[in-house]
Order: sequence, then structure tokens, then C-alpha cells
Amino acid sequence: MTTTTTTTTPPPTTTTLVTQGARRPGQARPRRRVEPIYYWFLVPTLILFTLAITVPAVIGIFFSFTNSIGIGEWQFIGLTNYIALFSDPLVIQSYVFTFSFSLVTVIVVNIIALLLAVALTSRIRLKTPLRTIFVIPMVISAIVISFVFKFLFSNSVPAFGAWSGIAWLEESILSNPDWAWLAIVIVTAWQAIPGALLIYIAGILSIPGEVYEAADIDGASKFQQLMRITVPLMLGYIVINVILGFKGFLNAYDVIKGLTGGGPGTSTYSIAMTVVSGLTTGDYAYQMANATVFFVIAVLIAVLQLSITRGRNAL
Amino acid sequence: MSVQPALVIETVEATEVLEGKKAPRPSQGRFTMERVNWSGTIILILCAVTVLLPLYVTISMAFKTGEQAVDGNAFSLPAPFSVEGFVAAWNLTNFPMGAAISLFVTAGTVIATILLAAFASFAIVRNWDRKFFRYSFFYLLAAMFIPFPVVALSQVQLTGLVGLANPVGVIILATMFQLSFSVLLFTAFLRSIPFELEESARIDGASTWQTFWHMIFPLLAPMSATIGIFAFLYAWNDFMMPSLIIADPALQTLPVLNSLFQSQFSNNYNVSFASYLMAMAPAIVVYLFTQRWVMEGVTQGAVKG
Repeated sequence: MTTTTTTTTPPPTTTTLVTQGARRPGQARPRRRVEPIYYWFLVPTLILFTLAITVPAVIGIFFSFTNSIGIGEWQFIGLTNYIALFSDPLVIQSYVFTFSFSLVTVIVVNIIALLLAVALTSRIRLKTPLRTIFVIPMVISAIVISFVFKFLFSNSVPAFGAWSGIAWLEESILSNPDWAWLAIVIVTAWQAIPGALLIYIAGILSIPGEVYEAADIDGASKFQQLMRITVPLMLGYIVINVILGFKGFLNAYDVIKGLTGGGPGTSTYSIAMTVVSGLTTGDYAYQMANATVFFVIAVLIAVLQLSITRGRNAL
Repeated sequence: MSVQPALVIETVEATEVLEGKKAPRPSQGRFTMERVNWSGTIILILCAVTVLLPLYVTISMAFKTGEQAVDGNAFSLPAPFSVEGFVAAWNLTNFPMGAAISLFVTAGTVIATILLAAFASFAIVRNWDRKFFRYSFFYLLAAMFIPFPVVALSQVQLTGLVGLANPVGVIILATMFQLSFSVLLFTAFLRSIPFELEESARIDGASTWQTFWHMIFPLLAPMSATIGIFAFLYAWNDFMMPSLIIADPALQTLPVLNSLFQSQFSNNYNVSFASYLMAMAPAIVVYLFTQRWVMEGVTQGAVKG
């Protein structure tokens, strides 16, 4: 790969320099003419992007202040939707569920991924095939693998419980309102670990080996090296993984649809599922208000992410 | 936990593995004394089993006969080995149509993402001194912070209004959601291409259009591969967007189709697992052949994003 120059401001193209002609010294730098073709390269995409993402976002925010049901007439009702949101038990439950689920998953994913990354970069055998295997979950459709796990959770695990006599395994975890979330955490983590793992491997490889050699000479144990060297030096990577993961898990939809469909009851309803229910229940404007709140949260997390990553120049 | 007697050598080797090259065999002379971390290897193999177990279950269930599958034993090997599940899934559902739609949506998204992102990035990087192009860059990037659920409701309404409640609508939306990440990677890569290279083509009389196609686009190939693979994985695997946007169930993609006949064939395990396998296999096969770009893409996306 070519990495010779890394200028952020590329010089003007030769053709435009030629058309510009000789510039008299002392004269203010004339504005370079941008070749029209560059606008053709960019503007259609900008328009499409605006129509596909910006316009829907603006429309959504607009309708969140109305009583629209998606079709027909509507009126402005001010903040009524937002006030109703904060006293809607299903909405509150979905926020509590989604945030606690994301928090648990992000912790599980990062601990396992970090340990796997340390192990995968140590002197082990079968390094390449193991790494290949560990990344596979990332490339499988979330909903399809959820159906496979659903079968395992509702058939194989109870069968194992009956065979081994462990009573609490005999009932499917998916039909238990108190524990169904755990199944969702397991499947989501199973899928999300590879992404975090690859980032951690890159992080570990960026730590100079001399650091560990020095620690070895000083007699530090492997665990001390992990906690005192690897983790502090990888803090940037850990931060990025935690934020990226948390952001992603907040959008949880496919895995939950495949495993529990939000059930039993509404115990595993995520924010995304509540928002989308506006399509079928006619709560269009109301769920748009919900989506807007969710959007504000997404922006806040993004701001947090930017301020943290900008602060550390390493990333 | 791990024994690392020669970390410098170790690092070099692992870097090359990450880049998909074959790990060089440690030369026989000096490194035969190195201790292999056997406990780590065994723990990792056990972890790998948890990754492979669901895949093993899928494959073995898919190749069972209906009578054998009905007992619900996930771990038994198929006896006799049978493809009746595949035949049934293919014939009883509109699987061929679903596969064709999935292929169409995926190909469309991959091509559109690579082309539009490459065009836009080229224009942005070459005119970085102009406000319009600079602000466009940040505008496109902002979408990374808008999750699909936030705009899903209005997008469903709008695509319905303009007659795009079909796979074409999914291609457009999926491409737009992939754009931020792709433009980010392409612009970073374009900045590393020395301008002199392009200048020489200009002096030979090439237009911007010709320069793009004959010089820039070929140079972008490795980055296009990464971006294309991520677009592929997203478009092929996504459930939420097609399930909401595509109005006609007959035009649904494979993941949605699988969820539709999940209930229909709740007890024909071999049929449902055969269809799961057919939906998963293409992504796994593509991954196995393109590991290098998948792994690079994750790392670069995270470090630059």
C-alpha cells in the first residue's frame, strides 16, 4: 500500500492550474475553479443521502409534535407525545431493558474478547485456524443464528437438564420472563465478540515487546502483566470497543426478534421494537417522539465518543 | 496466563497473520527451544467449540430425515444422511425467489456503495480546500450516529409513498447507511496516494473522468474489497430493514423469509435448518475466502471512526 504523502489538503490539479494562467505576485490568491465533474461525483450522492436519511429524520421529528397516525389528517399537539412517553410503562420498561441489556453485554463482550485477544497473540499452536473460527459469528445473519439458538435453548438445554437432573435447566430459559434476557445477552455476545476481538488483537500487536521483556526480567507474573501493562496501554482500544459496542447494542432488534419476539409478555422489548411497533399499532406520531428521544441519546453518546477519542490522539 | 519468551518475533509473526499472510514457520535453529503455550491453546480450542457448536447443530440437523429430526436431539449425527430437508425447503417455500432477491439486494448494495463512496471520496479529497466539499464530508459522516430505528418509521412511510417499498428501496437505504463508514475509509486511503502519480496522468492529457477510472479506482481496489465485503455482509444478513421496507412478502430477502416460515415449519426441523444453512453458507464461504479484508476492515473502521 502506498503511504508516501499524508497531506490533508491536496494541491490543486494541474489542469486547473493551466487554465488559471500565470498569477501576478502580490495579487490575492484567486479562487481555484472546481472542475464541474467533481460536483457530478458528489452532488447526486448528497441529494440521495439527504432524501434517504436527513429528510426522514426531519419528518420524524416534525411529526413527533402531532397526533398523526401515519395517514390522513393530523394536528399539532405540542409536547403531549413526549409527556405521555415518560409515563408509558412499556416505553420505560423498554428503555430500562435495553440499557441494562447493553451494559451487561458490553461488559461480557469486552472481558471475553480481551482475554481471547491476549491468548490469541501468545505463543500458541493453531493460531491462524483459531482466529478464522473466532471471527465466523460476525458474518452470520443475526436472526438466522438466533433461530438456531432458540432451538438449542428450548429443546437441547431442557433435554440436558432432564438427563442430568438439574431442575432449573429443564424449563426453557426463553419462556422465563426473569431470565430470557440472559439468552439474548449470550447470543448477542456470541456475535459481537469477534469484532471487539479483532480490534483488541490490533491493539496488543501495537504494544512493543520490550515492555513485556522488561516486566519478565522484573519478575512480574502474567496476570500482573495483563493488568499493569496490557490493559493500561490498551485503554484507547477498550474505550472505543465499549462505546462502539454499547451504541450497537442499544439498537438491538434482530436477535430479540429471533429469540423471544420481545416476550415472554413484554419482558424483552427493546427500544427499537417499541419504535417500530408504531407502524402496526397506529401510534405513529407517538413512536416518532420515542424515536426522537432515542435519537437524542444516540447523539449524546456520539458526542461523548468524539470528545473521548479526540482527547486521545492515539485513536 | 501466557508464556512469551520471544515477543519481538512473536509480534512480527502475528502482524503477518492479521494481514492474511501465512505465518512463517519459526526457523528450526533458534526457536526450537521456545515453549508453546499449550494451556492457552487448549483453552482456545474449547472456546472455538462453543463457536462451532451452533454451526455443527445447523449442519447436522439440515442433513437429517424428517423422522430423525423430529426427536429434537441436536447433537446426533444424521443417520441416514439425507438432503430431503433442502429439497423441501427449496420446493415448499419460495426459497429460490428469496435467494434471487437476496442476491439482487446484496449485489446492488455492494456495487452502489463502492461506486458512490469512491466518487464522493475522490471529489472530497481533491477539493478539500473548498468549504462545500469539506462540509459535505462531515455531513455524510454524521449519519454514522443515526441508528436505523430512529429513521425507520418515516423511511417506511416515504418509501411507500414513492413506490420504493421493494428491494430497490432496500438497496438505496442500505447503501446510504453504509456510506459514512465507506467514505471515511476511502478518503483516508485516497489521502495516502501521492498526488504526483495523478499529475503524470494529467500531463499525458487524461481528463478527471479518465484519471479516476484508469488510475484512482484501480488503486482503491484493496479498500474497495474491504468496503464491498462489509456491504455484502450487511445486505445479505440484515433482517430489520428489509422486513420493514419491503411490503410484498413474495419479494422478501432470505433472512426475512426464514423468519416467515420459521412458524410454518415449526416441527419440520430438518426443513427449517436446511433453509437456515442455505442462508448462512454464502456469507461464511465469502468470509473464508476474504478473511484478510474482513479483519482489516474491522480494525481500520474502529481506529478511524
